Amino acid sequence: KKSERTEATTKRRTNPGVTGDKGAAPSKSNLSAAAVSRIMAMAAASSRLLWASRAASYLRISTFPRAFSTVPKDLKYADSHEWVKVDGDSATVGITDHAQDHLGDVVYVELPEVGISVSQGNHFGAVESVKATSDINSPVSGEVIEVNDKLSEEPGLVNASPYEKGWIIKVKLSNSGELNSLMDDEKYATFCEEEGKH
Amino acid sequence: MAASGLAGASGAARPLMRLVTMSGVPILRQLQLEERLLRRSADNWCLINDGTAPPTIVMGTSGRVLELVEIQPVLRDRVPIVRRFSGGGTVIVDQGTVFVTFICNNSAVPGLQPYPRDIMSWSGQLYGKVFDRFGEFHLRENDYAFSHRKFAGNAQSITKKPRWVHHTSFLWDYDVKNMDYLKIPKRAPEYRRSRNHTDFLCCMKEFMPSRSVFTDGVITALGDHFSVEPTDLETALSNDEEFVPTTKLLSQQDLEEIVSSKESPSVQKVEAVP
Repeated sequence: KKSERTEATTKRRTNPGVTGDKGAAPSKSNLSAAAVSRIMAMAAASSRLLWASRAASYLRISTFPRAFSTVPKDLKYADSHEWVKVDGDSATVGITDHAQDHLGDVVYVELPEVGISVSQGNHFGAVESVKATSDINSPVSGEVIEVNDKLSEEPGLVNASPYEKGWIIKVKLSNSGELNSLMDDEKYATFCEEEGKH
Repeated sequence: MAASGLAGASGAARPLMRLVTMSGVPILRQLQLEERLLRRSADNWCLINDGTAPPTIVMGTSGRVLELVEIQPVLRDRVPIVRRFSGGGTVIVDQGTVFVTFICNNSAVPGLQPYPRDIMSWSGQLYGKVFDRFGEFHLRENDYAFSHRKFAGNAQSITKKPRWVHHTSFLWDYDVKNMDYLKIPKRAPEYRRSRNHTDFLCCMKEFMPSRSVFTDGVITALGDHFSVEPTDLETALSNDEEFVPTTKLLSQQDLEEIVSSKESPSVQKVEAVP
């Protein structure tokens, strides 16, 4: 952006017809006024597009999922788009950036009770977005030892911070061997790309 | 696995869709059937329920009663309130409402991603074939509208099989007085622009000659994608009597507790389903 502003400023300074400066005007030698005007309009449009896309990204008002989602290296992933972070004999579970992007703005999270059992591949809760409830599956089996109660007041944490503040449950693992059936970051990234092609 | 049916225009076999047509079935019963078919059946289903009784308020899974409903008239007149298993907003349904529900294995629609906006868009294309000849049909945000006036609302529930429900309540006609039981929701589509219920909504009967023209049109449009097979309601009901749906009728006690607690924003907890 800084370079674009500098370039635009340079063009204004070297085109006496715009600013009244009497500096050198390379545009005079080979380009007509109409061509210069077209070039400047294109530069301005390109800057506006760049600003608009950054604003849309910041405001999360894009209607199309992004082409590439964030996939942290230290996590394991289920093909139902949940992630798990293992810490000794317990694990934290949430939904991936790919999932939150496709679901849209989360307005409600349905959480399980602490103490209940979850099993790999079965649903334990749901998120609500747009007009839909969408199941959340557990990538691991075990006992729920903590739920993220912040999600009741701030369900949007699932969108804004899917791998950190938007975590959903913590589970005491009953079968750590199940982790071998999950994908690493590279496999999951490839999985998401392949899914998008079908 | 759903059996395949007749070949479509492209030569590929169309997946089977079981069609159940009903009339006047209570909405609680319809929704609980849908939830069971979503969780326990492997087939594709279309349910059509032409009208329902008694007039009932139906809220989405996360709806807060005091924010969405005029509770004193509702308690006074004993209007039933159902909390359904899908997302979305609050409606009051009666004999003038026609319900159409699709319950599908996601693989039944080639190329469809099992996410809310994708399914909503697919449904808009399907219903465009039904309504285009009768009015200026639009999928506006998540509603079906003629021009800028809503005549149908949608909601969904999506599982990780993946399998999903997309269900719609169509306003063939409605009783204006019933709208007094509902508040104007805080979370409303942009195109509503703070209009009251009567300015925002319209009735399908102003645009189409009869209910059967509508339902026949839906079945015809489905036939482009599916091999539609009429099925008895009893056959639909025979799957897994042990299933316990989450869709429920709020009891008098539930409502009194809501009123007395002023409905604190506690998280709704559910048991994991094996």
